[in-house]
Amino acid sequence: MYKHNNQSGQALSTALSPAQQAIQDEVDALKHTPGAMLPILHAIQDRFGYIPDEAVPIIAETLRHTRAEVHGIISFYHHFRTRPAGRHVVQICRAEACQAVGGRQLEQHAKNALGVDYHGTTLDRQFTLEAVYCLGNCACGPSIRVGDEIHGRVDPARFDALMDDLSATVVEVK
Amino acid sequence: MSVTLYVPADTTARALGADRVADALRQAAAERGLDLTLIRNGSRGLFWLEPLVEVATPKGRVAYGPVTPEAVPALVEAGLFDGGQDHDLALGLTEDIPYLKNQQRLTFSRIGVTDPLSLDDYTGLRGFEGLKKALSLDGQGIIDEVKASGLRGRGGAAFPTAIKWQTVHDEPPGQKYIVCNADEGDSGTFADRLVMECDPYMLIEGMTIAGLAVGAPQGYIYLRSEYPLAQKIFNEALRRAYAAGYLGEDILGSGRHFDLEVRLGAGAYICGEETSLLDSLEGKRGMVRAKPPLPAIQGLFGRPTVVNNVLSLAAVPFILDQGGQAYADYGLGRSRGTLAIQLAGNVKRGGLVELAFGTTLRALMEDFGGGTRSGRPLKAVQVGGPLGAYLPESQWDSPIDYEAFAAFGGVVGHGGVVMFDDSVDMGEQARFAMEFCTVESCGKCTPCRIGSVRGVEVIDRIRAGENRDANLELLSELCDTMVDGSLCAMGGMTPFPVQSVLKHFPDDLTRSRGGAPC
Ligand SMILES: Cc1cc2nc3c(=O)[nH]c(=O)nc-3n(C[C@H](O)[C@H](O)[C@H](O)COP(=O)(O)O)c2cc1C
Ligand code: SF4
Ligand code: FES
Ligand code: FES
Repeated sequence: MYKHNNQSGQALSTALSPAQQAIQDEVDALKHTPGAMLPILHAIQDRFGYIPDEAVPIIAETLRHTRAEVHGIISFYHHFRTRPAGRHVVQICRAEACQAVGGRQLEQHAKNALGVDYHGTTLDRQFTLEAVYCLGNCACGPSIRVGDEIHGRVDPARFDALMDDLSATVVEVK
Repeated sequence: MSVTLYVPADTTARALGADRVADALRQAAAERGLDLTLIRNGSRGLFWLEPLVEVATPKGRVAYGPVTPEAVPALVEAGLFDGGQDHDLALGLTEDIPYLKNQQRLTFSRIGVTDPLSLDDYTGLRGFEGLKKALSLDGQGIIDEVKASGLRGRGGAAFPTAIKWQTVHDEPPGQKYIVCNADEGDSGTFADRLVMECDPYMLIEGMTIAGLAVGAPQGYIYLRSEYPLAQKIFNEALRRAYAAGYLGEDILGSGRHFDLEVRLGAGAYICGEETSLLDSLEGKRGMVRAKPPLPAIQGLFGRPTVVNNVLSLAAVPFILDQGGQAYADYGLGRSRGTLAIQLAGNVKRGGLVELAFGTTLRALMEDFGGGTRSGRPLKAVQVGGPLGAYLPESQWDSPIDYEAFAAFGGVVGHGGVVMFDDSVDMGEQARFAMEFCTVESCGKCTPCRIGSVRGVEVIDRIRAGENRDANLELLSELCDTMVDGSLCAMGGMTPFPVQSVLKHFPDDLTRSRGGAPC
């Protein structure tokens, strides 16, 4: 990539693909915030569902970091993903309070039911399974999070019912 | 006829179906042509009763719970809209429920009572009175009040809050910051979340007072990304507080300035450690910094910074409003005031219990918690999060107090109490403690980064019956190395739960599994 003026951002705009432009817009909107890196990464992941490879050089140049530094920051945080997820991200709480009420069995059941391990996405791209360490619902576990919704007292049967509902909604939407 | 109902909208109530209960109640009211006011209040923190529906009656609010959408028709039939009590789920006057009545709610006096976003509800129950008091004092005056309260940090280390504030106050004027630690990573804890979802103005008020005390015009709340609802509610509260003049360049016409912003974490337990948190806020990887320099002297962006837990800051409005002595009147020894205990895990009546320091774990787990959810005998309890020891029955009778717990190697920490029944395999819990450290270590020091990986391997060998005695000795040495050689409490305390299993539940660790010969 050629050198350009960070302040204007204009010089590069003609060379950017629409996706790159969208990333540049997110970065520009936040680049003057103190400690802009995490807000920028969140904004990009919220918009695209993950942090595309193309984002790294754009963030690096705008915030004057090396690409390696940006990679290092992204990979440090469990929340950020660098590959697209399935339609629903399902997080299973692995922490102690949920373990005390059957969290380990739920974890195993979820892996079997979806046929994937953690970080895996089902072949139909409906579900991505992730681990999480506490959702703050520890009096009513086992807990899972799907998108921004948290569900409590999830036993295997309830898990199956939830996944069925989610798959059904998807069919309706199509 | 007009009816006022309350249906909580915090994460736990919603995780148990509160939204669908609210819909069912709206529909039932519409069918009867009632003039319904349905308020989405915060949760009272009586989680085993959620969704807990309340109805306003001339005698006070009466409660029903746990309500399911399916139970709504029968409840309505039994006269719920008039507060009728002829139903199995009827609980009588909310304030008379023993679990609530037997608490000493100073910080959590408003949760579940109010609509979290209503400024009128907040000010109607002494909200912003502490701020007004603070505006009439100078910084030192505010700090003196906090000093008189004896408040110690509720995030884990129990450091006196006023001393931290004093240090930042005494630094030369210039850019200073208030950082609220809302990373609440400990399993078994949800009190910070309750504050942010159910009484957000209290935290705004506490942080503003902290800003006035030390001369910091800017605050950040570092909120874990696992709490999407807290983020949404809190940001709306911020918007309204700004609009009403409680935040910004001219707080309540005083000419004083305080700005506040929420920043989201990104799923890293170590970012709850204050220096790692500051690095993360600055936009870096959350690596732990060596201390000194203390954050109070060189904190965020190198400037003097107060870092406090949500609950420490949330205690401040009460202290300023009622006086430090009113807070110090509660408690035991050097642990003054109240502690927000969170009953979690395998517990029949899980939830938030705010009490003066000094009650015993047993009283909490039995009288409040009602024993295990499974009905089986209690076997172990982990207090103070994933770095806290597993306590056997012989330790359940000591009073909850920072010093009393420290005396036997326990940690009060953020007040999480995670209960386990006798089906738990403590060997598996010891393994998980090490595994968690492998996942969450920031990687800066070897005893933590490599030691935890070795710890998992050694525990696996012990559990498989390989060279058991030699491996047990190895594990115990490894724990010592981690305790002695780690830069922060992540590596330094991960051995606590492991050592407690070695000491109190050794049979679980050495019992052969899968039919392997003993
Ligand atoms: C591994 C680790 C995780 C921590 N997590 C939290 C946390 O989630 N919330 C918190 O308030 N403090 C946490 N702490 C404690 C903070 O470092 C710090 O002591 C605290 O935020 C200070 O605030 P306080 O004085 O009000 O307690 C953690 C410490 C360590 C070592
Ligand atoms: S003990 Fe672990 S988490 Fe703490 S500084 Fe060392 S490597 Fe990082
Ligand atoms: S431990 Fe699972 S929600 Fe807290
Ligand atoms: S996040 Fe630090 S080692 Fe995985």
